[in-house]
Amino acid sequence: MKSHDDDMTRRTFVEATVAVASLYGSLAEAAPATGTIPTANYSLTINGQHHDLQLEPRVTLLDLLRERLHLTGTKKGCDHGQCGACTVLVDGVRVNSCLTLAVTQDGKQITTIEGLASGETLHPLQAAFIEHDGFQCGFCTSGQICSAAGMLKEAQAGMPSAVSLVAGHSAAAGLTADEIRERMAGNLCRCGAYVGIVAAIQAVDQASADRRGR
Amino acid sequence: MRPFGYSRPTQVAEAIAQERRQPETKFLGGGTNLVDLMKMGVEHPAHLVDITRLPLAQIQEHPNAIRIGALARNSEVAAHPLILQKHPVLSQAILAGASPQIRNMATTGGNLLQRTRCFYFYDPSYTECNKRVPGSGCAALRGYNRIHAILGGSEQCIATYPGDMAVALTALNARVVVTGPQGERSIPIDQFYKLPGNTPHIEHDLKPYELIVAVEIPQAPSTGSHYLKVRDRNSFAFALVSVAAIVDLTADNRIRQTRIALGGVAPKPWRVPEAEESLRNQTAGETAFRAAAEIIVKGAAPHRYNGFKVEMARRSTVRALLAASQRA
Repeated sequence: MKSHDDDMTRRTFVEATVAVASLYGSLAEAAPATGTIPTANYSLTINGQHHDLQLEPRVTLLDLLRERLHLTGTKKGCDHGQCGACTVLVDGVRVNSCLTLAVTQDGKQITTIEGLASGETLHPLQAAFIEHDGFQCGFCTSGQICSAAGMLKEAQAGMPSAVSLVAGHSAAAGLTADEIRERMAGNLCRCGAYVGIVAAIQAVDQASADRRGR
Repeated sequence: MRPFGYSRPTQVAEAIAQERRQPETKFLGGGTNLVDLMKMGVEHPAHLVDITRLPLAQIQEHPNAIRIGALARNSEVAAHPLILQKHPVLSQAILAGASPQIRNMATTGGNLLQRTRCFYFYDPSYTECNKRVPGSGCAALRGYNRIHAILGGSEQCIATYPGDMAVALTALNARVVVTGPQGERSIPIDQFYKLPGNTPHIEHDLKPYELIVAVEIPQAPSTGSHYLKVRDRNSFAFALVSVAAIVDLTADNRIRQTRIALGGVAPKPWRVPEAEESLRNQTAGETAFRAAAEIIVKGAAPHRYNGFKVEMARRSTVRALLAASQRA
């Protein structure tokens, strides 16, 4: 294993491993009764750009983004909905792209981390994550930021959380740190940059509460 | 993941017809559990009927019940004014489960049908699992059974029902409305779920080609309620023990009626009518609640690693009932 690592970049190594794994997978698994692998036609708008697609229905939104469209900002962490690294927005609502079959989103608007900035101007959450040291290795960051963007919309729309049900919540007053932790519970950070992540999100929420004339 | 065919009907009758047309077909809702199980190789359908565009997402008040469409997302149900006002214990239970992203995806019907998180069921590299492969044995009986059932299990299976929403719905006497080739019928949720016995692969009362179309919560007098969830971390974890408690009190603090459902301890949301009856006309308080909790865990059969759940179930029941009483 070590000698392979020495010869290859990490990415080619990962790609080679995945290729072997998927070859094994296709040999080990039975094709459907017809003997051909069915494909489906569908279209998605991703970061404002229309895509017509013809792919097997088993392709997840995450694999579509990364492997077919090379939008590698969205990360594959656990691939089982447990870490949140793959979080993207579908029609503005945050979801785990790893548990989403791309075909099921036919006609929807997808926003990934690549689509948040306006040209060279960072999204306020991106700027705040830099300002508040909201990351270390950066692997969870795309998911954290997309999740936070969806979360702030949910909170402003008055959607409750386990914390707000007990403590009460008013969008005008801004989110407490406890509220942010609960509402961001679907995004794990193995570096433990949570203090900076909470601070960054709280700063953006405060600024927007101030703008709304709290 | 095994390749599969895909279709996306827009009408319920069409969805049922499509499921009947081809073998090994499954309905796909939010996909948060089914897609994961397909990745794990636990589920391997040949065809998926995507039901997410069926017109089944409404939440409406009817004269005798609140009807929640099977495709209403968990986040929508928890945030709905009707649910927050009339049945806050359901909002509390839903918001105690999963993560915000998953709740944005997961549907009401799919949530009801989520599969156990028993390690040995979820990982096909274990050959023994009577739920996955009937007759193959149960690896959990002699394995690491910390998360497993203390009530309602059998020699064939000790997996727990993992969800939160259904625990609250059980305390609320909800009914599961299904439709299929024989028409529509409605099943009390307590009868909807089946105990494992000798057939742990049969988990519910759905007949072939039947589809859940709604959940109905009957109107009930205004009461105090609470959902308590005890788990290994404070958020985004399955319950070790959970309790949905609903208490109706008289002006002098006596119990008219109470309904108690437990999660995390049994193969289905667990109710013990005898415990609820024992509280009738009692003064609400720790003494009476502790006695009722004792009735609930009477006959508990803990395994090597989950003995702690017996006392945890007692204490959680008392705490949930106290909190519900304070709101009554």
